[in-house]
Formats: sequence, structure tokens, C-alpha cells
Amino acid sequence: MMHSLLDMVPSILMMVAPILIAALGGLVSERSGVVNIALEGLMGIGAFSAATVHVLLEKSTDMSVWIALAVAMAAGLVISSIHALASVSLNADQVISGTGINLLATGGTVFLCEIIFHQERTEPFELGMMPGPGGVYPTAYIAIAVLLIVWYLLYRRPWGFRLRACGEHPQAAASAGIDVKRTRWIAVLISGALAGLAGASLVLTETIQYTMYTINGAGFIALAAVSFGRWTPKGVGGASLLFGSAVALAIYMVNITVLRFLPPEFFSILPYVITLVTLVVFSGKDYAPAAAGQPFEKGGS
Amino acid sequence: MSEVSTAKGPRGGKALLDAFIGSNGALSVFVVLLGFACGTLIIMAVGRNPDGMYLALLQTLTGYNATSHVWNSRYVGEWLTASMPLILSGMSMGFAARTGLFNIGAEGQYIVGLTAAQFVALFFPPLVGLHWILAVAAGGLAAAFWGGFVGWLRAKYAVSEVVATIMLNYIAFFLSRYLTRLIPDANTYRTPSFPETALIPRGFLDELTNHSRLSVGIFVVLACVFIYWLVLERTKLGFELRATGLNRNAALYAGISVTRSFTTSMAIAGAFAGIAGAIVALGSFSYGRVLGGYDNYGFNGIAVALVGNSRAGGTLVSGLLFGMLASAQPLMQSRQIPKEITWIISGLVVVFVSLRAGFRLLVEWRAKVAAARGQASTGGDDA
Repeated sequence: MMHSLLDMVPSILMMVAPILIAALGGLVSERSGVVNIALEGLMGIGAFSAATVHVLLEKSTDMSVWIALAVAMAAGLVISSIHALASVSLNADQVISGTGINLLATGGTVFLCEIIFHQERTEPFELGMMPGPGGVYPTAYIAIAVLLIVWYLLYRRPWGFRLRACGEHPQAAASAGIDVKRTRWIAVLISGALAGLAGASLVLTETIQYTMYTINGAGFIALAAVSFGRWTPKGVGGASLLFGSAVALAIYMVNITVLRFLPPEFFSILPYVITLVTLVVFSGKDYAPAAAGQPFEKGGS
Repeated sequence: MSEVSTAKGPRGGKALLDAFIGSNGALSVFVVLLGFACGTLIIMAVGRNPDGMYLALLQTLTGYNATSHVWNSRYVGEWLTASMPLILSGMSMGFAARTGLFNIGAEGQYIVGLTAAQFVALFFPPLVGLHWILAVAAGGLAAAFWGGFVGWLRAKYAVSEVVATIMLNYIAFFLSRYLTRLIPDANTYRTPSFPETALIPRGFLDELTNHSRLSVGIFVVLACVFIYWLVLERTKLGFELRATGLNRNAALYAGISVTRSFTTSMAIAGAFAGIAGAIVALGSFSYGRVLGGYDNYGFNGIAVALVGNSRAGGTLVSGLLFGMLASAQPLMQSRQIPKEITWIISGLVVVFVSLRAGFRLLVEWRAKVAAARGQASTGGDDA
């Protein structure tokens, strides 16, 4: 039994990595004051781009997987500019433009599959990303690197301090000479690139092709990890580890005798229930960035 | 802000633009046309003929196949069938929006309604003429509790309804799967068939629409549209809810309980989505489903409500529009148009609705310019 749990560590890390990367993107965006519920859709766009690039290139180059990751980041970044344009430049409701991107992502990716592959999914690739020593995929190290970089930028650089100020009190930040809209634009683009990278990490490790069910809520779990992690890199890291493990257990629990009495839905449902309960329990305390979700208008108070 | 009115020039074009920006209905029409225009361009960009899309839409709307010159009213019936859950989930989103809440949870409420209706259909005594009505009512009631809970959490604990409903969507989905699989003789995707009495009858609609799946559920939908309008626009409760939506603090000072408003509003919103779930479960299927994924009616309801400006009539029309897109999918596919173009158009429409906020900035900018010009002409005195 211990044996099988230990065996699961690489699988757990495989499922944690995309959630953590996407959640860190959500963290950067929310700390600047922009809620990004489009994480799910942006992950889909990243996953689709990565799967397509990899299928088309895997025969001709060994670097295919890495090119796929880069293209996915670029695709996430480009599409997230819609969210930035609407919610930062035009002061639109952040939830509406996020929802639009989510709808667009499913339709757009499957549409492109029909055009490129003449079916509702990409062609399956022969080999995905190769696991390293111990069966651990490189995406796990990428996720840890992103975590450290985000922490360093947000808490050890003046840029991060300014970004957080935009999420707490944009008017004060503006009067201190910070360009709030510019900062928020950059934050949204970072979250888009990270969500794209997350989608690519997911599709290249967990499956062999992109379908409209590939992401299946991972982006919303990442969004939950941001809240449950109380908007700090450390918290988001812990939350992603917990939620990723729950997702992995939901899939692999059939192999674990002690857990077999539980329905598989138990672990699937866990991240959502935990997040909801924590939101209620910690409701009195203000962990969330004060201005998250509000457009910034100059001259307001 | 008063400059806006004085700045209106004698030129007709400008007045027309003002009227256009000021009218939500006109903006909605514009946004939808823009979505279709982009969809058409996308189809052309990938080398397909956009005529196929419009012929499919024509066939959905009128039942007339312009290629084979055959008329079949079944397509009209299928269009209305697809529109029913979209109108209802649009009202779910819209009702909450009028109270200032963003109900992204119609999908979960829809699932709760669907699941409750399936249970009543399978386990209640098969009373002729009453069984399906009970099942639909149970669906609405269960979803009302599911939605009302979110409103209560929001009012009592200041939990963001956006995050809470996203979580509850997935909770509803997995709970529904779990509970439905507990039903005796259920396998991984379906339960035993419903008794005849649980199915929503088709009556004269069956003959009229050439055996489409259209059921008398359409009258339930129309009744719901009327109730939506009646409650929001003509009752004290609706006034209180709208007041809460317009200005929470003002409503509070006027003695309106925000806790009650939020809970009631989300409960009514949930009921609409729940009825949608029940109508799909008992109108379009003859057995209970173990859901394999979201049906997505709830998420598309967001687009419906945004285009319909959360008004009763607007949501009805916009639900019919999105129903047309959904129902035309197989017809498009048979004309070599990838059916996902309809999702792209829905997504684009929502994105354009969010960009609509830009029009307001335009109005403010013009007011500022006009004010500056006015000051310049009076010599810049302290006017």
C-alpha cells in the first residue's frame, strides 16, 4: 500500500504542475487588480496550440516539445490581450470578458481542429514530454521555477511592490506615479502566457491529444487555488499541491485498496468543497486584493 | 455631465449616434451583427463558403431547405426545443444581474434541477398528467435552494458569488453523477427509462412540428418569461431587488434587507435554471442521464442574458437567437461548415458586449471635449 502511494508521487506532480503554473498566472493578475476567470479557456488555447505544434513537428525535430511550450505561451499571451483590452483599457466588467474568452476558447480550438485535422480533436502525438529521473516530468521543475520567479518578482522587486499596490489601492498607486493601466496590462499578459504554458504542460504530459475535454476544469481549480492560497505564492503553491493531489487521487484511487470504499467523485469534488468552505470560514478577514475586480478610473476616489 | 445634453449639435448624424449609444437594444443588435460578420469572415478565411451557414440558419428558422426545396416543420420544432433551456438559463443569469449579482452558476443550478427531476420521474408514483409537472416543479425547487444558498453566502459572509458559483457548478456535477449512479440498474451513462407519465407531453405540437422533440415545456418557458417580467417590473419585491442592484447602500437606507434581496434573487434565478434542467431531462430524453460533462446551457445563458440586456422580452428574443445557432449545428456540418463556428460567434458576441463599455468612455470623452470647447469660446472664465 505504501508502495503504491509512493509510486503515485510522479503522477501527482504531473497533475499539480499545470494547476500551479496557471494559478500563479491568476495570482499575478489578481494581485494587480484584475480577476481572470479566463484561465480555463486560456489553458485550452495553450493545450491546443502545444498539441498541434507537437504533432506537426515531432517527426522533424527533437526540440518539438519545447517549441510547443513556447508557442502555447505566446498563444495564451495573445488571446489574453482581449481580456486586458476589455477589462483594463475599456473598464469593462472583468467577469464578462473572461467568460467571453472561455466560450471562444472551446469553439475556436475545436473549429481549428476541424480545419487542420478534419476531426473534433488534434491528431494524437506519438510521444509526449519524456519524464526525467524518478519518472518526474520536467513540467514539475518548470512549475517550481515559475513559483520562485513569481515570488521574487512580487516580493523582492520594486516592480512587484508597484503591481501589488495597483491591486490594493490603485488611486494611491497612481498618485505615486505608477501607471496603473500599464501595470495591469502586463499582469494580465503574464497570466495569459502562464495559463498557455499550463495548458501545454497538461496536454504534453497527461494525455496524447487535445480534445474539448482536455482541460476539464483544471483552470477553474487553479482559480480556486488562488483564493484558497489567500493570494500569496506560498499559499498558492500549497493549495495547488493539495488540489492536484485530489485530482490525481480521483483518477488513481482504484489502485489503492484502503480508499476503495470511497466513490471516485469524493476526490473530484474535494478542491471545490474545500475552497467554498475556506471562503466562508475566512470571510471576515481581507486576504483578497482590495481592488480586485474593479476597473481603475482616473480621478475617482 | 450636463454638458452632454447641451453639446448635442444640430447635425443629424451626431444625434443619431447619441441615440444609438444610448439604446441598449440597438447596441445588442449591433453586437450580434458584428459577431455574425466576424463568423462569416472566419469561414471565408478557412476557404469555406459562408452561404452554407446562412442556408442552415434559414432552414432552422423556417424549415425550408433552399437546396432541395423541401419544407419540413420539424426543424422549427427543434429550434424551439433548443431555445427553451437557453431562454431559461438566460433568465437565471439576467434575474440575478438585475439585483447586481453575477450568476455564473446557472450550469450548476441546471444540473441540480435536472437531477431532481430525474429522481422524481423515476421514484414518484406515475400519476397521469401530474407526474411530469411534479418533476419539473421539484427541479425548480431544488435549484432554487442551490442558488439561494449562494445569495445567502454572499449577503451573510461576503463570499464572492462568482467564485462560489464556479465551485458549486462542479460540486453539482460530481454530486449528480454520484447520486444518479446509485439508482438501481443504472450503468455508467444512463438509468432505466422513465415511466410514460414523467415525460413532458408533446400533444398537438407533435403533429404540428412533424414529430420534433418540441414539448408543451415551451408553454412553461413562456409562463416563466411572463413571471420574470411580472416579478421584476410590477411587484414590490422586484422593485426592491432592482433597487438593491442599482445602489446597494441606498437600498439599505431605504429599509430594504440586502440579505433577503440577494437570497431571494439567487433563489429565483436558480429556479429558472432548474426548470431548464428539468425540461431538458424530461422533454428531450426518456431516461435519466449520468452526466459525462456539462451540457453548457448555463454558460451559454450568460451570453443570452448579456445580449437580452436582462429584460424579459430581450432574453426571450436572444434565447431564440442562440437556440437557432445551437440547433443549426448539424445542418451546418452537413454543408461543410464546422459547427463550432456557432460557439465562436457566441463567444465573440460576449467579448463584444464587454467591449461595449468602450462606448461609455467615448461618450465621456466627447463630453470632456465639448466642455473644453465651451470654455474656450467663453474665454475660459470661471463658467
